[in-house]
Amino acid sequence: MSAVRTLVDLLARRRDPATLAPRDWDSVIGVARSEAMLATLAHRLADADLRPTVAALFADQRTAAKVAQRQALWEAEMARRALAPAGIEFVLLKGAAYAAAGMSCAAGRQIGDLDILVLAHDIRRTENLLLKAGWEWVKSDPYDDAYYRQHMHELPPMIHKARDRMIDVHHTILPRTHRITPDALALVSDAVASGASFAVLNPADMACHCAAHMLADGDLQGGLRNLWDFHTMTRDFAAVDPAFWGKLDARADLHGLRGPVRRAARLARDLYGAVLPGGWDRQDPADRWFRRRLLARDDWGRVTNPLLEQAFYIRSHWLRMPPAMLAKHLWTKWRKR
Amino acid sequence: MRHRIRIAVGPVQFRIGSDWAEPIAALERLYARYPQDDARPADATVRLFAARPWRRWLRPSVHIGGDFIVPDALPLPLSMGLLAAEMGMNLQVALGWRRHMLLHASAVAKDGRAMIMSGESGSGKSTLAALLGEGDWRLMGDEFTLIDPEGGDAFAFPRAVSLKNEAIAEVAARVDPSRLGPLLAGTPKGDIRHLIPRPEAVAAMHEPARPALLLFPRFGGETAIEPMGEGEAFVRLTEASTNYVALGEAGFAALTRLVREVPAFGISYPDSAAGIALVEQLWAETAR
Repeated sequence: MSAVRTLVDLLARRRDPATLAPRDWDSVIGVARSEAMLATLAHRLADADLRPTVAALFADQRTAAKVAQRQALWEAEMARRALAPAGIEFVLLKGAAYAAAGMSCAAGRQIGDLDILVLAHDIRRTENLLLKAGWEWVKSDPYDDAYYRQHMHELPPMIHKARDRMIDVHHTILPRTHRITPDALALVSDAVASGASFAVLNPADMACHCAAHMLADGDLQGGLRNLWDFHTMTRDFAAVDPAFWGKLDARADLHGLRGPVRRAARLARDLYGAVLPGGWDRQDPADRWFRRRLLARDDWGRVTNPLLEQAFYIRSHWLRMPPAMLAKHLWTKWRKR
Repeated sequence: MRHRIRIAVGPVQFRIGSDWAEPIAALERLYARYPQDDARPADATVRLFAARPWRRWLRPSVHIGGDFIVPDALPLPLSMGLLAAEMGMNLQVALGWRRHMLLHASAVAKDGRAMIMSGESGSGKSTLAALLGEGDWRLMGDEFTLIDPEGGDAFAFPRAVSLKNEAIAEVAARVDPSRLGPLLAGTPKGDIRHLIPRPEAVAAMHEPARPALLLFPRFGGETAIEPMGEGEAFVRLTEASTNYVALGEAGFAALTRLVREVPAFGISYPDSAAGIALVEQLWAETAR
């Protein structure tokens, strides 16, 4: 069995880690690193009886992830201190939000940039305040800069000059030119308090954003991690709120994200063994391409199916912008090579 | 991958895969005497690969991949495959290892106490460590020194020593030729030749040593010794550590303890003989 499947089975607790041979571990650890999920796996197997060297490596990963999460939340606090005095409130997105809300997917989850969501009419002031507080632009290319400002759902990325950490300031969750236009105002106005001093999306919106980010925006790079987020958050939300799946449907419809949300749920069922409610528990022949893309890694952590990878890359652009614009964009990018 | 090898250096178990036989054969020779534990899974993966299938044979160029990669890193010609493997291993440790605080420093030990030498490449830290390791010191490593954040001990990472330029002849004159790797001429880092550490150093690679002296060598110029304050040593070591920031509070505590407990000196020396005499003198007078 391929290592990426073993990784998925270990996460889903379908496979007993004691049955893995040393060479199986080599590839599972390598693939988990490639998917940025080694610390997640380390948490999932925290109580398992493992070989001493694997147990030691996993303990390192859990400790490191804890430190990294603390640093990520500190970065969120820095943004809050820069923006709150001017009355700008933001909603935390993705990894930092999961950590702030103490969700189970946060255990061991790698957090890259700080992602925040502000109201569209606050975006200029947000940018100015962050620049004053020590963040700087990363993109020096005028085309890229203009592209972000005109067409994207976020400002060009900024990096803090002292702490060397990136911030992505969103005003919505999909590019402006995307075929789907989520209701950004509803996302912000229906946000909830995380418990810590931050706002996060409400449960249904959080799952919508997770699915949109994974299936409507990107090319499924890091898809297993995003799917794990989706799986564990919907499982936990449904456990405390029996009406959750219905609410998720309603919010997905509001944002135009019913397709991606339903697909994410089916993929979570197929890979991680999610239990879905009646209306959701269907088959879609196209899902197999997504499953294949998610599992396209060999035992050395390399992407195995470059054609499929390329196809999903093209698909992500196809969804992101209308054809004429896409042609112009690719032409400009190609000339700059 | 088609060709592969497993190597354990200090606490890190590597698996290295390659599209070509040559780099693996060269590694097999350098690491033949290192302990092998086939039951132990790898902590880190290195891949040496051709970007396009035909580049395996046609002007073969070795890309360095693995768990962690440097985007846009230039490939190396196949004749420098061993250097590619070394760079790939260093990269995985520098970016992936979290159990210890990593110092970009060489180290040697005597009687369970360690002398740690930190400096840019060209400072002579590798050469000094290699030469001391041929004397009555245990070579702990020429590239990384690992500090245990809990207890403060130094741990060894005795990979094959990467001798550069003038240091090659200097060391080659003193060791058995069977302990030297092939000469890699004209690499981006100059001429390189690897030295297999003495068997005692490899056998003792899991034994910790208590840091006793911190040196910041500078090759060239008159012989000089300059005592270094805790603050400067601290700042220099934060720059020399690849995971200081990632370790958070534990890294800060480990580094603070190191510079408080261990005397530090900047040293300059005109040649290796003077450098060795200087460090032996400092060790005798000040090491704790």
